[in-house]
Amino acid sequence: MPNVMLRHNAAGQLVFYVTKRDHEETVTALEHASPDRWGGEIRLADGSRFYLEPLARAPKLPMTVRVKRL
Amino acid sequence: MTMNRQETEQLIQEVLEVYPEATGKQRAKHLMANDPSLEKSNKCIVANKKALPGVMTARGCAYAGAKGVVWGPVKDVLNISHGPVGCGQFSRAGRRNYVTGYSGVNIFNDINFTSDFQEKDVVFGGDKKLAKIITELDGLFPLAKGVTIQSECPIGLIGDDIEAVAKKSAKDIGKVVVPVRCEGFRGVSQSLGHHVANDSLRDWVLHGRDDDQSFASTPYDVAITGDYNIGGDAWSTRILLEQIGLRVIAQWSGDGSIPEMQTTRHAKLNLLHCYRSMNYISRHMEEKYGIPWLEYNFFGPTKIAESLRQIAAFFDDTIKENAERVIAEYRPTMDALIAKYRPRLEGKRVLLFVGGLRPRHIIGAYEDLGMEVIGAGYEFAHNDDYDRTFKELQDGALIYDDATSFELESFVERLKPDLIGSGIKEKYVFHKMGIPFRQMHSWDYSGPYHGYDGFAIFARDMDMTINNPCWQKLKAPWQRAQAEPLSAAA
Ligand code: SF4
Repeated sequence: MPNVMLRHNAAGQLVFYVTKRDHEETVTALEHASPDRWGGEIRLADGSRFYLEPLARAPKLPMTVRVKRL
Repeated sequence: MTMNRQETEQLIQEVLEVYPEATGKQRAKHLMANDPSLEKSNKCIVANKKALPGVMTARGCAYAGAKGVVWGPVKDVLNISHGPVGCGQFSRAGRRNYVTGYSGVNIFNDINFTSDFQEKDVVFGGDKKLAKIITELDGLFPLAKGVTIQSECPIGLIGDDIEAVAKKSAKDIGKVVVPVRCEGFRGVSQSLGHHVANDSLRDWVLHGRDDDQSFASTPYDVAITGDYNIGGDAWSTRILLEQIGLRVIAQWSGDGSIPEMQTTRHAKLNLLHCYRSMNYISRHMEEKYGIPWLEYNFFGPTKIAESLRQIAAFFDDTIKENAERVIAEYRPTMDALIAKYRPRLEGKRVLLFVGGLRPRHIIGAYEDLGMEVIGAGYEFAHNDDYDRTFKELQDGALIYDDATSFELESFVERLKPDLIGSGIKEKYVFHKMGIPFRQMHSWDYSGPYHGYDGFAIFARDMDMTINNPCWQKLKAPWQRAQAEPLSAAA
């Protein structure tokens, strides 16, 4: 269950940052991205997948969350 | 001669041959030929791994990163090197972080404080001694705004509770007291010390004035982060930012102070120079206070102009116009500088092995002078640093992570660069090999190198190093070929 920070980069892409490891990766797909349901499976550019318990509303980024490795 | 990717790969293979098989395999992962089209580095280079036993690394320890780099330049705190005297004494004042003020009155960077651990402190614990030191220091230096406890190795080993001491002492003296868990054995290099120091700033300092609304902020407030004012770097940066109409409300941490760090939350933008050592706190401020951060590069006129425009793009049209005006104002001076130095430096080949941001950030400044960087490496980078390096470096250039002294010397023997930019540990070796060298950690006792003013000094320094007549005196007259021409530039 790593702690990750989600933010938008200058190009507007969603970026996934693993604080502990200084590892930054762009998000290629997010399962739920609607204003009333946000999260679910997160797919990264390097092929790895994580799961974020869906939130009830789209968050204000950046935000630190706990995710599960899939 | 510029090498293509294949030739570089071959050079790497040849250098690796000397190692025992297992070592060679490991080291191979830290060396590569540059491909500027790469976006991500994690598939092609391994970084931030423990140096191998038996090789000579140039890395420092976490204490060096926390006390020497991040906390050392803060001018109004008393940094206690907590533990035996040596760590503090041998790391004293090496980085030349300039500050304004009166030493011992309201600035304390040039004074060394240590708890000077003895055997009995190791056996019985040093917490009492530490508390006493903090009270004593507060009495001696009443204008200090805080105290930091920079743990050296023994503190972590004996399990002292410096956090408890910090909490109690902070109450007693009514000032910020920061425990920094930067024992040298943590992590693989000084890089972890940067992170630990950033976290200590986040947990013990940053929020100190969150309830204080007295600070009058403006829409043009910015903070400089990751600039340690080496030789005055932050000042020559600040001048430019002020000229384009911004107000710098905090400097992290060169010539910085506790109060300005605590008012940073009013900034509209964090300007991040050294990504490696301060991205942590910048990210945190973005999450907590909604302050965006922008990486910029103030080395050499090309990059400065690019960065000024990027910075201005965050603000209104006045700032944008100001940025254009400032760039135009400096252009004649810069053109004259380049006209003077470029003919003397054109085509000279540079090899860099430094830390933090420099192996990628200075490339532009060399290119402005017509020089080319044929190899670059970091002592303690992570993969996100290499992500940012590929596009700055030319195709086929050699990249080396945590290069060993053997590798570096072999690369130099083979590539025969005209200039090496690296640290004090490398300096005299390469001097003896007869190669011009600049110590690029603290600008070889020169600087500043940031900003337009800094570029003038940078260009002069590179010229006086490369074209120094001493390099022709390394061979005895009777060994010198009769016809060997003296360099026209000398
Ligand atoms: S590794 Fe430990 S003992 Fe050595 S300088 Fe760093 S803190 Fe001091």
